[in-house]
Amino acid sequence: MRTGTRSALLVLADGRFPAGGHAHSGGAEAAVKAGRIKDADDLEAFCRGRLHTTGLTSAGLAAGAAHGLDPHALDAAADARTPSPALRAAARRLGRQLMRAARAAWPDPGLDALAAAFPRGAHQPVVLGAAARAAGLGPEDAAHCAAYETVGGPATAVVRLLGLDPYRATAVLARLAPDMDRVAERAAAAAGEGVDALPAASAPLLDLTAEQHATWPVRLFAS
Amino acid sequence: MDRVSLRATARIAADADGGLPLLVSDGPLALRRTRAPEPYTRVTVVGAMSAPLGGDRLAIETSVRAGARLLVDSAAATLALPGRSADPAAYDVRIDVADDGVLRWLPEQVVSVDGSHLRARTTVELAPTARLVLREEQVLGRHGEPPGTLTTRLTVRRAGRPLLDQELSSGPGAPGGWDGGAVLGGHRATGQLLVVEPAFAEKPVETRLLGEHAVIAPLAGPAALVTAVAPDALALRRLLDTALAALAPF
Amino acid sequence: MHLGHAHTHHGAVSADAHRPDGTRRALRVGLGGPVGSGKTATVAALCRALRDTLSLAVVTNDIYTREDAEFLLREAVLPPERIRAVETGACPHTAIRDDISANLEAVEELEDAVGPLDLILVESGGDNLTATFSKGLVDAQIFVIDVAGGDDIPRKGGPGVTTADLLVVNKTDLAPHVGSDLERMARDAKEQRGELPVLFTSLRSAEGVGPVADWVGARLAAWTA
Repeated sequence: MRTGTRSALLVLADGRFPAGGHAHSGGAEAAVKAGRIKDADDLEAFCRGRLHTTGLTSAGLAAGAAHGLDPHALDAAADARTPSPALRAAARRLGRQLMRAARAAWPDPGLDALAAAFPRGAHQPVVLGAAARAAGLGPEDAAHCAAYETVGGPATAVVRLLGLDPYRATAVLARLAPDMDRVAERAAAAAGEGVDALPAASAPLLDLTAEQHATWPVRLFAS
Repeated sequence: MDRVSLRATARIAADADGGLPLLVSDGPLALRRTRAPEPYTRVTVVGAMSAPLGGDRLAIETSVRAGARLLVDSAAATLALPGRSADPAAYDVRIDVADDGVLRWLPEQVVSVDGSHLRARTTVELAPTARLVLREEQVLGRHGEPPGTLTTRLTVRRAGRPLLDQELSSGPGAPGGWDGGAVLGGHRATGQLLVVEPAFAEKPVETRLLGEHAVIAPLAGPAALVTAVAPDALALRRLLDTALAALAPF
Repeated sequence: MHLGHAHTHHGAVSADAHRPDGTRRALRVGLGGPVGSGKTATVAALCRALRDTLSLAVVTNDIYTREDAEFLLREAVLPPERIRAVETGACPHTAIRDDISANLEAVEELEDAVGPLDLILVESGGDNLTATFSKGLVDAQIFVIDVAGGDDIPRKGGPGVTTADLLVVNKTDLAPHVGSDLERMARDAKEQRGELPVLFTSLRSAEGVGPVADWVGARLAAWTA
């Protein structure tokens, strides 16, 4: 593992990193509308479930990319782990947006090559791992970043959607920290064993409601 | 139902001429050739009712050879039950379908009974021109009872490339949040129906919502996946049957 | 920023004046301003005034997805393939200033899909007086306020009023009805903006947008010079 700088991880994981995430709710907008998120407790259950499913899977892909696994194999693995076409489209779009920000932040031939290989965008976690690598970070750093994004996005979105007390939303994230650590550790360990060993944890409601959300004529978030 | 943990592997191989060169029952996994609609050969898994128990390791290996058309179903739901062993039970389904082969894999539900712990894994290798209909249904607990711990993984590769890879964990031994608004949200039955049809490469299935609880969606390869959640096994089966009729494959 | 890579790979640097194939990209003009000041009406009027002589496209940033885009589609000011809606996650000012990546995607996709383009209008979702466009996204920005929103808006200033390349004071026809003092607004704007231009418009007539269209034309002439 390369020796990363802790501060580079903060730059990459910062919600203000201009990579498009602010326009995505991670399924929270659909869950709010369906009445599955009404308060901070619901948000916590939602985030915990998302973290241990798509969060673990994304963290594995990101760790794999940071580890230097073949990005084509990782991207195919991401496709197979994303049965929702709306979520595949969102992941590629966010991958492109992240690529733009990452290349500006950490100019790197590896990122240039990945951008050239995937002109329509690679899956976001694959780009995230490559960005972490370009920033001098390791697989577990990339996995932490993916895990945190998985819960940070819905928490921010629910603050906007429900007017939820931001202190309670932040407390939810803080309570999830030990779970995030475990997910990142597990993802990084799997990445060390190759693409076939990567987690494939999935969430039926996220897949289902992503397709419902994509048909809404009026919505606040892109996904 | 006290007994020691067991290992059993049943085997099926189907040929293009309708023959079953391999039909090997093992332990609780009894296989029967049953009457089938033309042009399928049909195998029914019978007698798996009381298995798997904790610590058991069961497997079914199925090989659909070039040009064969096989239908596999089961006589009853598979009940995952608690056993004397603290180890989880394992149920492995390994499938390969050769070129021009067709497999309809339509077993009954897996019911995760209170106190049980089962890891079910289905691995499918498809040749480029193979076709597949595969149904998986999980029911979380017997009626009115809490569920056991269940992890199911479905991995499908086509022409050597990953097509679908999904794992779902539920029950008291699953990581947190499985019953929250992101994963199952209180639903007690969930299932998938996968249809792999090389012709979808030219004419992909369009995304279609089946009410609030199911969706038909195209995968990145020539395949469609139905994802469904429901309050119970009956409602789930209705959704998947509707989807199967809508997809109307081979 | 590593400008050296910008010409060889897709979408690397936001403010670069050239596309990956080396051609000059379209001029990007942002339109911002408070809710109801007439941003979308100004965009529609600009499209009608300029579409016969220029190759145009529009990106909208709604608070609610696609509302403004759908207005433009209904009004048929441009063919649908020339209008894109960016989803902003309830924060339109973030999408035009702090994280411009989705808007950059949209303008580049428009140039790829219907280009070459002369001009892309990027409309902000109605937000507040502090919302301004990033220089990484647009080459020039127009801030649209209206007389009915209160004739003290120019005096209050704020980044939009103070720094926009053009300030448009819209709905001048309403001034007598709402008791707004146009001369005072002009004086206050001059105070805040120095030499930066201010235009007073009423879009009730088709020619109302003319001065704004002329200003855009002059920016475009300078861009392509």
